[in-house]
Amino acid sequence: MSQVTVETRPDVLIDTDREDQADLCTEEMLINMGPQHPATHGVLRVVLHTDGEMVLGAYPQIGYLHRCAEKIGENLQPFQYVPYTDRMDYVGAINNNQAFALAIEKLAGIEVPPRAQALRVMFAEFNRIASHLVSVGCYGLDMGAFTPFLYCFREREMILDMFEATCGGRLTYSYIVPGGVTHDLPEGFIERAWEFLDFLGPKIDDYNNLLSYNHIFVKRTSKVGVVSAETALAYGLTGTCLRASGVCWDLRKAAPYDGYEKYEFDVPIGEPDGGAAGVRGVVVGDCWNRYYVRLLEMIQSARIIRQVLETLPEGDIVAKKTKNIKLPANAEVYVEAEVTRGQLGFYVQGDGSAIPSRVKARGPSFSNVSVVEEVAKNHLIGDMPAIIGSIDMVMGEVDR
Amino acid sequence: MTQMSVPWKPGEPVEYRGVKALIVGLSKVVYAIGRPILSRLAFPIFVCSVFGIALLVFATTLLFGFVDDRLIETATNGPELGLAGGELTVAEIAAGLEAAGVWWTGLLKYLFWPVQYAIVRDIIISLGIFCFALVTPAFAIWWERKSAGRIQSRPGPMRVGNWHGWAQPPADGIKLLQKEDLVPADADGPLFRIAPYLVYIPVMAAFATLPFGSYWVFRNLDVGLLLILAMLGIEVIGVVVAGWASHSKWAIYGAMREACHMVSYEIPMGMALLIPVMCVGSLSLVDIGGAQDGGWHTWLVFRNPFTFGAALIYFIASLASCKRAPFDLPEGESELVAGFLTEYSGFRWALFFFAEYTAMFVVAGLMVVLFLGGWHSPLPASWGAQLGDGVIGRAIKGLIFSGPALFIIKGYLMIFVQIWIRWTLPRIRIDQVLYACVQVMLPVVMVLLLCNTVWELFFPPDSIVAIVFNVIMALIGAVVVVSFLVVMARGFINRRREVGYLAVDLMPGG
Repeated sequence: MSQVTVETRPDVLIDTDREDQADLCTEEMLINMGPQHPATHGVLRVVLHTDGEMVLGAYPQIGYLHRCAEKIGENLQPFQYVPYTDRMDYVGAINNNQAFALAIEKLAGIEVPPRAQALRVMFAEFNRIASHLVSVGCYGLDMGAFTPFLYCFREREMILDMFEATCGGRLTYSYIVPGGVTHDLPEGFIERAWEFLDFLGPKIDDYNNLLSYNHIFVKRTSKVGVVSAETALAYGLTGTCLRASGVCWDLRKAAPYDGYEKYEFDVPIGEPDGGAAGVRGVVVGDCWNRYYVRLLEMIQSARIIRQVLETLPEGDIVAKKTKNIKLPANAEVYVEAEVTRGQLGFYVQGDGSAIPSRVKARGPSFSNVSVVEEVAKNHLIGDMPAIIGSIDMVMGEVDR
Repeated sequence: MTQMSVPWKPGEPVEYRGVKALIVGLSKVVYAIGRPILSRLAFPIFVCSVFGIALLVFATTLLFGFVDDRLIETATNGPELGLAGGELTVAEIAAGLEAAGVWWTGLLKYLFWPVQYAIVRDIIISLGIFCFALVTPAFAIWWERKSAGRIQSRPGPMRVGNWHGWAQPPADGIKLLQKEDLVPADADGPLFRIAPYLVYIPVMAAFATLPFGSYWVFRNLDVGLLLILAMLGIEVIGVVVAGWASHSKWAIYGAMREACHMVSYEIPMGMALLIPVMCVGSLSLVDIGGAQDGGWHTWLVFRNPFTFGAALIYFIASLASCKRAPFDLPEGESELVAGFLTEYSGFRWALFFFAEYTAMFVVAGLMVVLFLGGWHSPLPASWGAQLGDGVIGRAIKGLIFSGPALFIIKGYLMIFVQIWIRWTLPRIRIDQVLYACVQVMLPVVMVLLLCNTVWELFFPPDSIVAIVFNVIMALIGAVVVVSFLVVMARGFINRRREVGYLAVDLMPGG
């Protein structure tokens, strides 16, 4: 067993003599990882086909958190349905609100006031930071590092405090509604936002030192679960998982909504050797890049928020006529928005009443989790949390 | 109260018989009596125990001088058997007490009459070791939770016992004692039940030869080091048995990981321990510790570059030995649910944790004895010898220059380093553990062993080269300690900027 083999992939551990030495061989085993497992982030069940520590195949099974979110949408007015979008991706709830609001606005032809648009962008980006903080922290937890998890939650707590001061919610906000937002900024919000942004900058270095550049962490995540750009596109990966595979595609740049075109920001993508970070051994599309792209996106989100805070316009926060809007008959719309985990699309069909006749969501995590089966082959059991954690799915959105 | 219809559980209460009834009854009594007492008197108990510990330390340091002198005397005359060796007479006890500066020996010597039998002393000492080994996990768990809390900018346990949650480990222990003892239906019952003891007893047995002072050792074996290594090796069998008997796939993975873990870390660990053995020329831990009495520059870790490397490698391997992060693969919770502990609950589960934390002290104590000067302080022991034989002189000697108190403090400091590492680093993957141990640490430690042999051959400790290197290594060690303190102080002063307003303003005691 040469050193190179062990360093790259432990394929040597596969029992290749199984047929020849029936009495000596190890037994293949099916093992359920989840739905109650600490590393599957909710109720994902992955059936592992293992040979000792080697995983020969991993088959994700979903459906343990199905709550009929789409069917409920056919019985409620859009305003009433907004809280249900919160519960889809409960880590990035405001972004979900935004995607649904965009779909309804396009269908009903509602104009959103500029201040509402700026607030939407700011809160969506704050929630993106909060969501990526959870993702980065939990990924550290999956790798066995407990402390970055609590650091990330410490920072997230500041964002949640700001959200609570604004709209009263700490997890499910229902902040963005069709036509605008529900609440204007409270007193002192701007100062706290600046204080948070100044605080977050140095903390990114902490995460880099504790996780990104940590030798053990890099060894655990580099070259593990590599998703090539072709595979990523074939499986419909979006968001950070797609960008980590080297595809520069971000709806905020490609099809700007809510005035994203007014703000300057970069789209970080996965790069060999970590790009400017210079981490040896990292390849495009591996777990390390999926993790690191989220870290870089937090910096870009902070950049957007700074620009919003500097150029916040005055005016209304919600369009004039939003209650009891009639959705046009025989009209349908499909709108996607870049939420924290990828592209969340809402298909809404109107029938002339206030209640849509059809609501369908395209969840980014649903597509993202399907790639596990493709990439998890021939990894170790210890790599499973690395792969599943780097996909960063929220099961509420996979099952809806 | 409405009757709930639960098909899988009959409504009648469980009846306990035999030992279980005794345990349940006892725990009920403990709960009924202990809870009101504890909740009202937690703080007084805490204050009294602090004073008690202070008194105990004083008495121990006093006793240290007495026992040392007494046994140095017998050791020159008779066989060297440690604290419990040989027979004493009442007259000898009285002479020893007088020599220790106790002015009134009239009735006191008859109070001590059972001590003249070796078996009585054995029982007393093993009880003492047992108490220490029971208190160690309780303290280490509390300390780990507090340290982890401070590392993670949160307070850790704060409620139980009124002062920084000091009573949290006993409260947890009582809770675990009361929990149901679950054995899975398909488990191998006898093996499942015996596995926690297979883990816990060897760890306790390792204390038999761990020296807390020059004569503060239960049995000063000539092969004390080998005994401790053997006991740490037996512990692995318990883990494998636990994993196998649980009849759970995750538990079997944990057990198998522990097994292949063990074959990879034991070899570098054993070879790293050979280096101090070679420097001193003895396998007896008392001899190795006693050879480092000339101040901190004579500690074996600073003797030459190779002993320093050996200390590092032993420390890494010892983390693996007691399944601490980053080597906590057998129970790695994000991969194997809880590994070999998956099916365990209640006090059997607690026994595994007791064993882990006790083993932490054993490996830390071994590190202290072999590399960090044992029970000696950084000051040369010869300075302490000038203090005289009075009560105060002996106490100061035992407290500041050499004694069990110093050994225990150093051991807990090493435990703190283990805790610190656990809450900082991610976990290593299993193939990386094997790779690191077999392909990196083993060749390195072989080279170290060879180089140390050559070094000891050509540069005996009194040669110029050896002294120069000794001074350099010792200075490096001092710089490391000082810079650690400086970094810690800087972090404390800038804590508001470091951890943000929430943690500083809203955390009790922040």
